[in-house]
Amino acid sequence: MAAEARRSLGAVLRAIVASDLFWSFRRTPMAVFGAVLFVVLAGTAVLAPVLSPQNPYDLAQIFIDKAELPPIWAKDGEWPFLLGTDPQGRDVLSTILYGTRISLLIGLASVLCAMAIGVTIGLAAGYFGGWVDNVLMRLADTVLSIPTLLVAILVSAVFKGLLPPGLRDAFSGVILVGAISLTGWVQYARTVRASTMVERRKEYVLAAQIIGVASRRIMRRHILPNALTPVLVAATLNLGLAILSEATLSFLGVGMPVTKPSLGTLIRVGNQYLFSGSWWVVVFPAVQLGLIVLAVNLVGDWLRDALNPRLR
Amino acid sequence: MLVFVIKRLANAVGVMLTVALIAFAIFRFVGDPVELMLNEQASQAQRDELRERLGLNRSVPAQYLAFVANAARGDFGISFRNQQDVFVLIAERFPATFELVIVATVLSLLIGLPLGVYTAVNRNGLAAQALQFVSVLGVSLPSFAVGILLILLFSVSLGWLPAFGRGQVVQIGGWSTGFLTRSGLIALILPSLTLSLFQITLVMRLVRAEMLEVMRTDFIRFARARGLTERSVRFRHALRNCLMPVITVTGLQIGNLIAFALVTETVFQWPGMGLLFVQAVSFIDIPVMAAYLMVVSAVFVAVNTIVDLTYAVVDPRLRQDAVAGGSHGR
Repeated sequence: MAAEARRSLGAVLRAIVASDLFWSFRRTPMAVFGAVLFVVLAGTAVLAPVLSPQNPYDLAQIFIDKAELPPIWAKDGEWPFLLGTDPQGRDVLSTILYGTRISLLIGLASVLCAMAIGVTIGLAAGYFGGWVDNVLMRLADTVLSIPTLLVAILVSAVFKGLLPPGLRDAFSGVILVGAISLTGWVQYARTVRASTMVERRKEYVLAAQIIGVASRRIMRRHILPNALTPVLVAATLNLGLAILSEATLSFLGVGMPVTKPSLGTLIRVGNQYLFSGSWWVVVFPAVQLGLIVLAVNLVGDWLRDALNPRLR
Repeated sequence: MLVFVIKRLANAVGVMLTVALIAFAIFRFVGDPVELMLNEQASQAQRDELRERLGLNRSVPAQYLAFVANAARGDFGISFRNQQDVFVLIAERFPATFELVIVATVLSLLIGLPLGVYTAVNRNGLAAQALQFVSVLGVSLPSFAVGILLILLFSVSLGWLPAFGRGQVVQIGGWSTGFLTRSGLIALILPSLTLSLFQITLVMRLVRAEMLEVMRTDFIRFARARGLTERSVRFRHALRNCLMPVITVTGLQIGNLIAFALVTETVFQWPGMGLLFVQAVSFIDIPVMAAYLMVVSAVFVAVNTIVDLTYAVVDPRLRQDAVAGGSHGR
């Protein structure tokens, strides 16, 4: 099973590299720029414990007399606080690197989760048709008829309300992933359903059905690989959206707590010092957030155009 | 046609009932409403009396029906936090949000349309390419970050524009408007710009894509062959054919803008429904949360339904497809 999965994954990867895609990638400067930017930002985030001058959540490494220092190039800037410190004496660059880790992790987890839910529902709806399809697609319509931001806020608020206060902070990441993927699956479900409905009438599926292959196996092994391309494009574009949703929820105070801040939480906290002159506490996390989403969107836009047969 | 209208309306009612079910479930099952509404010293008799008054002794389906009936009459109960009628609270705040959303929509069309035409016509020009890049940037920056940066620049550094609030408002009947005073109009600038930024890039990209498609068609070639000026070809022929989808998307986005206004309202402390909702969330003021969900969904569903019905009137092919297919997913 595992070996099979690995082989099919390898086949997909080889197909991707062998296609015109890689060539098109190299000829699109924006895509290369986005990819490089993403690798740099994600890389520094992953290596945060090694790279950052201090661990901003280790109280032993924070000095209150170093609070609210401006960035290094300003008059009172001090080494090693490149981007200055916040009013608690935490190095802004370090909080950004650690925050980026959390933002990226939640963004990726939400996209994977939404994809898993959406692909499963889309396969079932497209393959079985009839009332299964009807019920699942009505469900999708309903999700789409409420603004997604609102659903996400309500889901996180409700789950936080249900948990005992002691557990709220510990589970805030999980709740966020749930809230974002609960509204994000519809797009995947619709694309997969559409391609499944085309694929299930083809001879190879019929052949598999005749020799008695189980439905689940047909869906997973035969249909899914042929319905995956649009899903991957949507996933790339949605990664940017998921990171933005997480940041928005955290900014509104229903996301990550101050003890484990994502970029959105950092902006929320920094916003309180907007009028005290410490602009660096809020500006740099905002810039970092914008850069990450920009990088993802540049790659996603290119991928969408490159895989769109109408534009070839 | 009648079948389609009935089907579409039934669909809208179904969605609203589902939303009501969600709102009801939140109200009923997130914590005990009685415990949340009374303080700890309340006697058992008081508790029982409130339980009776809220109808919590009845069966859950009966409670749901009562909830729907009350909501339809605009009765969403009493706010846990300040003991005011929730409907009055929301009605007070509605004008602020509505004016913000309308101004943002107008801005997005005023700025987005010309930019879209420009980038389509000068497709390979340097400025058009730069605008395309800026539009990706606009989609990538979250609106709250944009709002904060704008405050930092125009309020904190330059001191030109107010950073929060609605300025002076004028009461006309039950409606408070910021359109009639100087400070009210000035206060609108930053929040509406923040809210419309995403919308501007959306309109711009849409117009660009549509224009590129239309400019390739035969009737444009014929218009040119007739010797019309390039200006006339672009604006009187090409742009007109792009407007339908633009108006649709703008209409459909109004619901989203109302929802997204809550982020902008939080940044600018704008006294609208969204800010009320965000405050309600942090206080777990469930009647307000439920009512806001219902009101925003109602606007959302109403707009969607109206757009669908208008489309069916304008384009008979859609009527056929929608009746035969019954779904947008294909």
